[in-house]
Amino acid sequence: MIDPVKLWTVIIGLGIGSYALRFTFLGIVGDRPMPAWLLRHLRYTAVAMLPALVAPQVVWPAATDGTADLPRICAAVVTLVVGLMTKNVLAAVFSGGATLFGLLYLAA
Amino acid sequence: MSSTTPKIQTKARAFWKGAAEGAPFLLVVAPFAMLFGVLATEAGLNVLETMLFSVAVFAGAAQFTALQLMQENAPTLIILASALAVNLRVAMYSAALTPWIGAAPLWQRAIAAYFTVDQSYACSVMQFEKDPQMSVPQRMAYFSGVLFPIVPMWYASTLFGALLGAQVPEAWALDFALPITFLAMVAPMLRTPAHVIAAVVAITTSLLTAWVPYSLGLIIAGTLGMMAGAQAELMLEGKKARHD
Repeated sequence: MIDPVKLWTVIIGLGIGSYALRFTFLGIVGDRPMPAWLLRHLRYTAVAMLPALVAPQVVWPAATDGTADLPRICAAVVTLVVGLMTKNVLAAVFSGGATLFGLLYLAA
Repeated sequence: MSSTTPKIQTKARAFWKGAAEGAPFLLVVAPFAMLFGVLATEAGLNVLETMLFSVAVFAGAAQFTALQLMQENAPTLIILASALAVNLRVAMYSAALTPWIGAAPLWQRAIAAYFTVDQSYACSVMQFEKDPQMSVPQRMAYFSGVLFPIVPMWYASTLFGALLGAQVPEAWALDFALPITFLAMVAPMLRTPAHVIAAVVAITTSLLTAWVPYSLGLIIAGTLGMMAGAQAELMLEGKKARHD
């Protein structure tokens, strides 16, 4: 169970922080130019943070007590490949989900 | 759209054009928000906490990140740092929108800041570049239009997911809904070799640092991935410049 103090700290902190991230540029920076090195790093935040968050869950899923699980690894690969080929988020989600459920069903 | 498309003349037309172009995103927003509601309830949040979380933060990926790390019992500071790092991209959206709507009144920019998300950013910048003649009020109207279908759906679907919550059986393997959703979001973003390098470095580092306490591995991996992407971009640009 999540500690309520921690939960509320995260909700309030993240609320203020997320708003600040958005307001800083639109509200304060205005149309002043930003340093190129900063923009260059910002471009890669999503493609670095999201895969880094997901990778351990793909290789060592909590649902199988941390042992590698073929259906989950296949589902991740299918999602990535379909996403790369179609550039379509929904198509990737559904193919990945279908792979996972299909293989879990076969394994059961 | 070709250049023969009639230019937008009124604020109302701009608003409804935005609404029409935002509507297809309902297909992504509804399941994503519902999933957040379900996972938050499973993590032990009640319906009110789940809704306040969504209203206060209003950024899907960052919310999922925070939720995941709270379940892993990571320290509060790490949770905040990681989720905000995931959200750094909205800072970039905000920066990209500034040249177009930076001249709007402060109160409008303050509201627009809260609603700067993947969809409103992507649609707006595309539209503003296509029709640079639009006035600032027309641009704000278009931006609001994009959000008009999406925002109510985001809240309603979160609520629906939260109410459904704990009734979802374990056999649905919802533990894996988040990895699949994130991978599906990231794949279309891998447009250049630099993006791929950033992702590969981040993944490798994250697996190698899984032992690091307090989920700090995520911060290390994300930072190294960003630096790798930026460096790769510089090197690729240099190479291209020499070839030209």
